[in-house]
Amino acid sequence: MATIDRHPQRRTLRARALAAGAAIALAAPLAACGSDDNGGVPVLNLYQFPVENMQSVIDMCNQQAAGRYKIVYQVLPRAADDQRVQMVRRLAAKDDSMDILGMDVTWTQEFASADWIKEWTGADKTEVENGTLPGPLASAEYEGKLYAAPNNTNVQLLWYRKDLVPEPPKTWDEMIQMSQKLKSEGKTYQVLTMGAQYEGLVVLYNSLVASSGGTVVSEDGKTAVMDAGAINALRTLKTFATAGVTSPSFSNALEDDVRLAYQNGGGAFQLNWPFVWPSMQSDAPDLAKNTTWARYPGIDPNTPSVTTIGGSNVAVSAFSKNPELSFEAAKCLRGPEAQKYLAINAGQPPSIEAVYNEPEMAEAYPMKDTLLEELKNAAPRPRTPAYQNLSTVVSAQLSPPASIEPDKTGAELKSSIQDALESKGVLP
Amino acid sequence: MSISSTTPAASQAAEQQAVPRQRRRRAELSEGKKQERKLGWLLCAPAALVMVVVTAYPILYSFWLSLQRYDLKFPQDRQFIWFENYVTVLTNGYWWTAFGVTLLITVVSVAVELVLGMGLALIMHRTLVGRGLVRTSALIPYGIVTVVAAFSWRYAWTPGTGYLANLFAPEGAPLTERASALAIIILAEIWKTTPFMALLLMAGLALVPDDLLKAASMDGASWWQRFTKVMLPVMKPAILVALLFRTLDALRVFDNIYVLTNGANETSSVSMIAYNNLIKGLNLGIGSTMSVLIFLTVAIIAFIFVKLFGTAAPGASEEGRR
Repeated sequence: MATIDRHPQRRTLRARALAAGAAIALAAPLAACGSDDNGGVPVLNLYQFPVENMQSVIDMCNQQAAGRYKIVYQVLPRAADDQRVQMVRRLAAKDDSMDILGMDVTWTQEFASADWIKEWTGADKTEVENGTLPGPLASAEYEGKLYAAPNNTNVQLLWYRKDLVPEPPKTWDEMIQMSQKLKSEGKTYQVLTMGAQYEGLVVLYNSLVASSGGTVVSEDGKTAVMDAGAINALRTLKTFATAGVTSPSFSNALEDDVRLAYQNGGGAFQLNWPFVWPSMQSDAPDLAKNTTWARYPGIDPNTPSVTTIGGSNVAVSAFSKNPELSFEAAKCLRGPEAQKYLAINAGQPPSIEAVYNEPEMAEAYPMKDTLLEELKNAAPRPRTPAYQNLSTVVSAQLSPPASIEPDKTGAELKSSIQDALESKGVLP
Repeated sequence: MSISSTTPAASQAAEQQAVPRQRRRRAELSEGKKQERKLGWLLCAPAALVMVVVTAYPILYSFWLSLQRYDLKFPQDRQFIWFENYVTVLTNGYWWTAFGVTLLITVVSVAVELVLGMGLALIMHRTLVGRGLVRTSALIPYGIVTVVAAFSWRYAWTPGTGYLANLFAPEGAPLTERASALAIIILAEIWKTTPFMALLLMAGLALVPDDLLKAASMDGASWWQRFTKVMLPVMKPAILVALLFRTLDALRVFDNIYVLTNGANETSSVSMIAYNNLIKGLNLGIGSTMSVLIFLTVAIIAFIFVKLFGTAAPGASEEGRR
């Protein structure tokens, strides 16, 4: 009898334990959700790519908010494609747990057109426009409206060996001639820059187009233009790629390959982002002593160059439950204080002009005058919601640059860009 | 004498048995049988209904999307355009390149897998010592998550760090050239799914009666003759099922390509390019069109296998019924 009695008892015990376990398992995530607004403080989720020392900026903003909101950093993956895919998937599903979005400049128009981000209006808009450099500001606009606040920005500079090149070249033609002369003298001569089939090639081409006063896509982002300037840029790119001045691995080179090639003494010229400077200081100090910078070369000797801007913008998700607070938090995250901190501690050039005049900036950015000069006359990449598709087809058709046939490639580009703008473009 | 006549006699008997049985079934379909059938349908209904809901709805929805210009980037430009997306995709070079790559991967990997899988199945079937160990270790590749395996292949073929790259291609970067990249993708597929093929074929091998093999061997059939004249015909249904499964599986290849090359240098499969247009490009119209086309391809291949080659589940086959 005893054994019979014990069994059902044990079973009920086990069943109870199971039930309790299940209840805990089910309730735990709910509890976690419930504690989201810890003590009534609304939580704002910032979805952004990984940035060094970003948490310090967030802590600073949270402190300033004094309990009105709490920003939580949701770090996106490292690769740009993965960041975009994750954001886009959430936004397409109208995920209301996203509040502030840190995004690449080229996604702004796409997200704006899809109605995924809120327009900046009124006092918020004025505050952002005040003191922000025009190039970065343009990258945050779509159809004449402001959809994001420029955070950091970036432009490429010309880095060159002052022991080999007495006077920096003003144009691409001049640079090619100088390099050819060095080559004939048996000296280090190569012009190093990014030419692989990826976004970097589109950035190079966009700088050439802007410098020759050309247009790829109409101002409203609806029509492919590919005018004479755009064709001329194709011609310059082809000349450069076939003049015997590039490195053999030009058509495979990404940013870091170029940096390393120059650092190892492989070139007389390097066209690259400012991140190469600090690493040259620490990894190749002797070479750094012989290296200096100049404005990116242009096309016409009498017209200064126009360069492509990089960087990121902050926007407020259209599905945020706390839009007003999110705007406020976004303004703090891209404010002058935050920009200065990240410029020095994360190597991200600011988009607010006044920050460049801060005393600490001179040490961290010795090239800041040239940077500013370029930033004041910079070109965003084609501002169209279909930029992602456009970039894919452009980099595919420009690669490898030596095989460009200016008129033919131009015509092909025009039709495939038009397809992309009409949602007919098939991505490879 | 009597041994050699066993085989034809047996199959004759089976045929005789099969014919009246069929006739009987048609004649007796009344009352009790009808009730039974009705009950059968009722019992199946819930499962069938769930199947319809979870499979039919997405299929119809993607077909509906494929008839529209629907691009999340341009929500205001959404419109019904009939079959324009199909024209766009079917006249596009990228699509046909991807289609060719997919067919190449499918044909080569399935053919090699069939041969290797058969070998592996024979080994697993015939092992006497450590049978469990042999079978388990043979199945390890199939037990590893595809993405994880793909990453290890990628690192192995990365110049500088990978042992395979250092061994076979010390100069180049095999994953950045089309031919070698495709070869590596196929290799990864084969390594991964040969055990699955072997498992299915082993089930077929179990159907081959030992008596039949002994009889053939008494008749003086060589090993090869026993394999081709006795084992293969008996295994035919199992082989066809294995081929069908693997073909449809290989046709949807995605993980290995995504990790190994991400579609660079024209190594995209149709699934990759559908993903790129749907998820990266946000183009629901074109992306759904591609999904529907992939579905149609799968349906056509399944139809060919089932109707023309007579593939059926092993249990339902003639040999299985015996």
